[in-house]
Amino acid sequence: MKIFFNELYFELKKNRGAMIGIVIIFLSVIIALSAPLIAPHNPTEVFADALRLPPSFIEGGNAKFFFGTDDIGRDLLSRLIYGSRISLAVGFSVVVIALITGTFLGVVAGFYGGIIDRVIMRFTDLIMSLPSILFAIVIVAVLGPGIMNAIFAVAVVSVPNFIRIIRAQVMAEKNRQYVSAAKLFGASNFRIMFVEILPNCMAPLIVQASLGFSDGILNVAALGFLGLGAQAPMSEWGTMLSDARSFIESSPWMVTLPGVCILVTVLSFNLLGDGLRDALDPRLKKQN
Amino acid sequence: MSDTLLNVEKLNIFFKSDKNPEPIHAVRDLSFSLKQGEMLGVVGESGSGKSITNLALMGILGDSAIIKADKCTFNNRDLLTIKESEWQKVRGGEISMIFQDPMTALNPFLTIEFQLVETILAHINCSKKEAHERAIDLLAQVGITSPKDRLKAYPFELSGGMAQRVMIAMAISTGPKLLIADEPTTALDVTIQKQILTLIKSLQEKNNMSVILVTHDLGVVSEFSERIQVMYAGEIVESGNTSDLISHHSHPYTYGLLSSRPGAIERIPKSMLPSIPGIVPAFHERPIGCQFNPRCPNVQSDCKTGAIAFSNGLRCLHPVTDKKL
Amino acid sequence: MNEILKVSNLDKVYDIKKMFKPTLKLKALSDVNFHVGKKETLGIVGESGCGKSTLAKVLTKLEAKTSGNISLLGKDFDAFNASEFHSAIQMVFQDPYQSLNPRKKAFDIIADPLVINTQKSEADRKELVFSMMKKVGLREEFAKRYPHHFSGGQRQRLGIARSLMLHPQILILDEPVSALDVSIQAQVLNLLLELQQELSLAYLFISHDLSVIQHMSDRIMVMYLGRVVEYGTRDQIFNNPLHPYTKILLESAPSTNREKLEESITVKGELPSALNLPKGCAFEPRCPYASESCKHSVPALEIKQGREVACFEAHA
Repeated sequence: MKIFFNELYFELKKNRGAMIGIVIIFLSVIIALSAPLIAPHNPTEVFADALRLPPSFIEGGNAKFFFGTDDIGRDLLSRLIYGSRISLAVGFSVVVIALITGTFLGVVAGFYGGIIDRVIMRFTDLIMSLPSILFAIVIVAVLGPGIMNAIFAVAVVSVPNFIRIIRAQVMAEKNRQYVSAAKLFGASNFRIMFVEILPNCMAPLIVQASLGFSDGILNVAALGFLGLGAQAPMSEWGTMLSDARSFIESSPWMVTLPGVCILVTVLSFNLLGDGLRDALDPRLKKQN
Repeated sequence: MSDTLLNVEKLNIFFKSDKNPEPIHAVRDLSFSLKQGEMLGVVGESGSGKSITNLALMGILGDSAIIKADKCTFNNRDLLTIKESEWQKVRGGEISMIFQDPMTALNPFLTIEFQLVETILAHINCSKKEAHERAIDLLAQVGITSPKDRLKAYPFELSGGMAQRVMIAMAISTGPKLLIADEPTTALDVTIQKQILTLIKSLQEKNNMSVILVTHDLGVVSEFSERIQVMYAGEIVESGNTSDLISHHSHPYTYGLLSSRPGAIERIPKSMLPSIPGIVPAFHERPIGCQFNPRCPNVQSDCKTGAIAFSNGLRCLHPVTDKKL
Repeated sequence: MNEILKVSNLDKVYDIKKMFKPTLKLKALSDVNFHVGKKETLGIVGESGCGKSTLAKVLTKLEAKTSGNISLLGKDFDAFNASEFHSAIQMVFQDPYQSLNPRKKAFDIIADPLVINTQKSEADRKELVFSMMKKVGLREEFAKRYPHHFSGGQRQRLGIARSLMLHPQILILDEPVSALDVSIQAQVLNLLLELQQELSLAYLFISHDLSVIQHMSDRIMVMYLGRVVEYGTRDQIFNNPLHPYTKILLESAPSTNREKLEESITVKGELPSALNLPKGCAFEPRCPYASESCKHSVPALEIKQGREVACFEAHA
């Protein structure tokens, strides 16, 4: 495994986009972890005398509120900093949930084939037959709005991607001779699936996890924007965006800043994902 | 000499690589010549540089390769300096190549007819109808029964031996002066291997074509080619007429190769085989001096100092004298 | 008890199902009979499609047999429990690049059979693995390396070490050297010969390379399209082949020490499809000696000159 990561890092270093992605992700993790230390104010604290202040570097701004304040007088910078905690936590939990269930179902479907495979694949077709955000909305509408339900809904809609990728990989790997060799020693199916085959399917899984991270953040933000995700005082970027949309003309920074945050985070994960794909894809590798 | 078709002197091939600042020296001081109508067998293991040399002769080594040579002439033309447009005429026209795996060399989405006629039209000035006739004629020449029906087939409908015949038909369609066959039968069964090699041999004699037959199997070349050249780690270690080389080889590597083949001589069944210790060195681990010195039974201190010159068909300071074969 | 493996009337038929078409029967093995004794090597020769790989799969239970009897160590094949079975018969694969899990270290590859089938302590396992590595000529420090750090020959040694960990009585060697460089083949063959002497192993040596088969085998079985065509001792097969197919195989094998034969028999055509076998002898369409009777019925294995041959025309 160690060599695997060393080699991966060697390949990634050559890809400028991926390195930028890594740096941004690293920075946002640090910001999220040290939010209470670096945020100038409490994100829910209301400054009644400072409603919709522009950022401090624009005329009319107040040095106390670097990025200005929102419509009920909360400090935007602090809210954005705390928002990064939620976004990263959301992305992480979505990926973990989807990764575990998707990997398990994908490995089982690919390995056993037959009826089990068909049942699992029809289930994924069912989820994929609707646009993912629409399906997530349906789930949240049934379960009721809230950040936890939003995470669950988004995780459910991203499971099929994992299932499909893992299944295809397992189907290719299970015919390799090392699998026959393992069978010859009486290895159980469970052992063959998860000890022999799965480690050889890591490459596409890592790529998909990275891309799933950004999808998760984006989808939960979208649900937040629709009022189905994080609720009122919680400083979530999508919810902030939605709250601010009636002030888009008078106070454009209130809309722009959370939007930029979402964009940068999602972009950095996508850059990393693409970089990983280039580094791990054996077909691209052979040409070098 | 007018009947020398290909003349290569001191060919060196390097590869640039990401990980090493020094380019990798893949082929070292390779010199050989080939007469019109002659079959040269090139024997070597993986990493010996035999395939790389062929790709260089076809001018299809990638951008990462650096090719240097004192001389590299084909049919009185200098292959080192000709332009890309001329290369295209030479490649496929005057020099053709067939590969180890015919299935991957044929495009699976196109019929045999399309691929064969396309090749003919690209190199010969004739009408589509003539090209079609020629295609049928070629398939018949390579021993394909009912060539008219086979033209409509897709590559996956052919067996391995059949596909290799189609590849040969394609290769000779332009009347090449030189055919490079890179392990043409490694993927095939022995009975089919014999058929294909016999076919190549008969085409060579009939069309007065030169052939470079590359293989790892000394048995194959010794039955079919007039001359043999043994390569090891990017160098020619020994070369000569087939019968001479098989009976009077003196390089320890050739000796080891021949004596370690189970069927080379009458032996007591299930007895230990004489074997060459160690493995072929990787590109970046090649020794100084003779490339074979870490595995050689006759090694002495002077083998490990400078490059060894190639003279009288042999690159060795301490050749095998006591032959038990 | 001298007989390690005895196979009688073994058949293997694959059903090929296609939508809207009747199910096709592919006879991969028909009526195969042979036995292997202690310390003995049975060589199995044939070209691709002759059923030798299917045979290996059936014998290792990777595929189920269709009918027939197999007895291993005098006991019926189906009466074994999994762990006993895997400790009795093992296999070395052709391609050492494919048969080792690229994400596992050498030590784990060799130790796996013990982990799965025994309750040995970690210290015991370590000792057993290191002694086995020594036996197959791998240095102890290699244990921590991954397969891609090894050369082809070393990988095959790893594969051999793994197959021997449970002390099988019989080893199926499926083209064990054909993926290796020529100069490495002899090393691995020597290792196999040494191990056979030391551990009293029986080998089933599958190969298409006749010179290797000749050197390694005591008895030889020649297969063509799922049937045994000739079965006898090494000297019978190599010095006096009776079946035309055996003759042609021997004839086709490239060799360095042969006088150039001006007149040699070559076969016409290629292997017919196993789905559409000829009614008579499977080799008849390619056979230079075929007569009318060959077209109508399949010749059975008969004892001629001390070995079994399936050919009407084999008397010479």
